[in-house]
Amino acid sequence: MAHAAAHEEPEAGHPTPGTYAKIGLFLFVLTALEVGLYEITYGEHAGAFGHAIMPFFIPLLLGLSAIKFALVAMFYMHLKQDHRLFSGVFVFPLIIATIVILSLVVLMAYHWAFATGG
Amino acid sequence: MSDHAEVLDTSTGLDSRKLAIWTFIGSECMFFASLISNYLVHKEQWMSGPGPFPHEAWTDPATGKVLEPIIEVPLVTVGTALLLFSSLFIVLALYGAQRGRRGMMLGWLGATIMCGLFFVGMQVYEFTHFVHKGLTLQRNLFGASFFTLTGFHGTHVTIGVIWLITMFILALRGQLTPERSLKLEMAALYWHFVDVVWIIIFPVVYLIK
Repeated sequence: MAHAAAHEEPEAGHPTPGTYAKIGLFLFVLTALEVGLYEITYGEHAGAFGHAIMPFFIPLLLGLSAIKFALVAMFYMHLKQDHRLFSGVFVFPLIIATIVILSLVVLMAYHWAFATGG
Repeated sequence: MSDHAEVLDTSTGLDSRKLAIWTFIGSECMFFASLISNYLVHKEQWMSGPGPFPHEAWTDPATGKVLEPIIEVPLVTVGTALLLFSSLFIVLALYGAQRGRRGMMLGWLGATIMCGLFFVGMQVYEFTHFVHKGLTLQRNLFGASFFTLTGFHGTHVTIGVIWLITMFILALRGQLTPERSLKLEMAALYWHFVDVVWIIIFPVVYLIK
């Protein structure tokens, strides 16, 4: 056990299994929050509170997803500890991908509005 | 461990295999961006076509038959949770592999494979269920963009499971030593990427109306 315990020590800034487990639990809680938000906004038991937060539903959901994405990339994929070049190789296309998605959505929304005379 | 502390005799000083897998993951970001864009730009046009739809009931004007909303959030939530936990399990397996703890590596690697298999099974069940409810690739814009996006993701998960099973066999044979743990690290990076893509797909497809 002492041998195993020695391996639990953090080395060179790398997280321990305990840290990984805490992050895993937090990710689970964030997912539960996402589904909970959906249930109180659009589910069978949606009420006045759900109606009140409806305008913020999509930003809240995307915000929670962004937090989950960042946690997995930083800690599980070790971008926080690894060489910056790996982060660059991942984050640069990620930024382009986000711009592509936003541009196409805005462009097509404009197109459909124009096509239907809206 | 294969991290930045280890300087290798390459032009970057980094292990080229690890740089290659990160470059591949970067290109995959663009691939999934195109599929997610495809899904989102067609979202406003679904209602003009025939049902079924993800969140809205649809009445067939010819027969008067009502098709209920097709999305089942509870089932997919379980699959999502398991995929998230599999990311935790694979990072623990890698932790064991990098420190020569064979039992830890094999145990968590096996758990990761089981989660991956469950997720693939969940998706096969979901697709079959949708087809029985009348949603096919050709039926409407929702069907085409939904099956394309989630189908490609499911294919990635399946490839990931096969890769992890290969790693499990190598580990059983004693060929995943701490010095060779980069093999598992590359598979783990791919697996985490599959997970982060689902982190985006889950709310976009299943939760946002």
